Amino acid sequence: MIELCDVNKTYQVGESPLRALRDVSLSVQKGEYLSVMGPSGSGKSTLLNMLGLLDRPDSGSYLLNGEKTETLPEEQRAKLRGEHIGFIFQSFHLINRLTTLENIELPMMLAGVALKARRKVAMAVLSQVGLADWAQHRPNQLSGGQLQRVAIARAIVMKPRILLADEPTGNLDQASGQEVIEVLENLNREGITLMIVTHDHNLGRRAKRQIRMVDGMIETDSSTEHAPARSDTL
Amino acid sequence: MHLPDQIRFNWQIFIRHRVRTGLLLLAVGLGVASVILLTSLGEGARRYVDREFSALGNQLLIVLPGRKETTGGSPPIYGTAPRDLTLEDAQALSRIPSIKAVAPIIAGTVSVSVGSLSREVIVLGSTPEIFQVRQLEVAQGKILPDRTRTDAMAVCVLGSKLKQELFGHGRAIGEWVRAGDRRMRVIGVLVERGESLGLDLRDMIIVPVRTAEQMFNTPGLFRVLIELAGNADFSRTEAKIMEIIRERHEGDEDVTIISQDSMLAAFDNILTTLTLAIAAIAAISLVVAGILIMNLSLISVSQRKREIGLLKALGASSSQVRQLFLGESLMLVSMGSLAGVIFSWAVVMVVARLWPVFPLAAPWWSIPAAVGTALISGLVFSLLPARRAAALDPVLALRGEA
Repeated sequence: MIELCDVNKTYQVGESPLRALRDVSLSVQKGEYLSVMGPSGSGKSTLLNMLGLLDRPDSGSYLLNGEKTETLPEEQRAKLRGEHIGFIFQSFHLINRLTTLENIELPMMLAGVALKARRKVAMAVLSQVGLADWAQHRPNQLSGGQLQRVAIARAIVMKPRILLADEPTGNLDQASGQEVIEVLENLNREGITLMIVTHDHNLGRRAKRQIRMVDGMIETDSSTEHAPARSDTL
Repeated sequence: MHLPDQIRFNWQIFIRHRVRTGLLLLAVGLGVASVILLTSLGEGARRYVDREFSALGNQLLIVLPGRKETTGGSPPIYGTAPRDLTLEDAQALSRIPSIKAVAPIIAGTVSVSVGSLSREVIVLGSTPEIFQVRQLEVAQGKILPDRTRTDAMAVCVLGSKLKQELFGHGRAIGEWVRAGDRRMRVIGVLVERGESLGLDLRDMIIVPVRTAEQMFNTPGLFRVLIELAGNADFSRTEAKIMEIIRERHEGDEDVTIISQDSMLAAFDNILTTLTLAIAAIAAISLVVAGILIMNLSLISVSQRKREIGLLKALGASSSQVRQLFLGESLMLVSMGSLAGVIFSWAVVMVVARLWPVFPLAAPWWSIPAAVGTALISGLVFSLLPARRAAALDPVLALRGEA
């Protein structure tokens, strides 16, 4: 489903170029549960953004569902992104002026789904994350764990094949974090491909496949016969 | 993204940023209102002049003595008329079949007094025809008698204000007034009426033309007003008038004929041009409003970076983002324009009621012109912010950087 081949990405940070990704190749099957760990600046987030079509590789290729993405025009990449990929962010990124329901509807609204159909799907998804009673609340009336569950609902409302989560529990306490992870893992069990970027070993270790990145390269990948992921010393 | 969704989405932004939205609406509304109101003033002036002229009846010719034209080099620069336009000339003109009425006028100022009250006013020496040609009516008494066409008589008709000043609420008809060094009997008082072509009809005295001739000791007429018959041909009548003048003035065409239509057309031209110029000046305020929109939109783009990044992560294309921002400006401008149109319309209504003498009215083109300019200005000035928003890199925008 995801086929990343020799992808390079260099950012200009101040004077010196920063090689965020060096010849990264990665293949992900449908329904996999991966975690990506590694120190800050190791390229984890860049990898995630690359997979989420938010970033374009400088070189190398990225096949999503067998489709070459790196040469697609921006319009089509946006469309693919909307249809196939759900993002979950550390800081939730909910829009404060919109109700919970409206936040969840946002991807469908951008895709041009009619209001009635949207409402129905959004309500269903909201029940799925256990927040049906909070449909008309605004984000500032919700707790952190609830916010992240709303964000998850928004991420899956278009029925994407891939969920990309960047530190989904980073801003949450232990209990809420646990809740959120359970929601995500349930979704994975139902067949969605889940990829979590995290600093948290306990979280990272839950994934069936663990990837460790250092200096823009994949150092270890538990799915290859190389050594299992070392404990992260950061 | 469907239009109703986009409108709802932008509406939520307006609700959220009430102050910013209010200020922008005010700027656009004032701009639109100033265009409409200022052009209404111009249009009002045009209609005022129009009305004044048509109050004279539309079949009017004015004959002035003398002909202003350059004759030869300097000196003399102006050819002046050595010959007066006389009452006899006017009588000769009245024999042209296509002319309905001829009112000769001798004008001057005279001090009119009753007892110890005295007032300096304009005196018009004329014949009974003046009442027909200038559509004057008497409120009390009667107009000049027929005999005054040929003879001097010690009678006069007073303007309403002059009567009020000299006699108060008392009876004026049949009383004597002193005009200059003559005594004359008041036979009529004009109906109350405003100014007409710069002449305050309320504050003047009308006397027989022969009497005025004696008062000012001149046979020369100030001008002759001619009312044409309903089906008369202007240019043919003009030619006829010139022919008669030539005969009577030893071959000289030493008069100037002004038709009411040509004066009206000239005024119309001037005032329409003026109105357009005013509109253009007022439109500057709309450009200023546009610049305000641009500034506030730019601020909004940088404040809403994360949101823009999010929208892109959720599948919004750059053109969708651009559309959202352009749509936001267009919505603002539309609402502001609507407010401006309603406001100026209300002002025009109120002024028209409070001050009916001046026919304030928005010309038909001013509303589309004002709203169109506002929309174009809003669109042009939000292109830059919208393009900037659309070009944001989603990764950086999500982090609030970029």
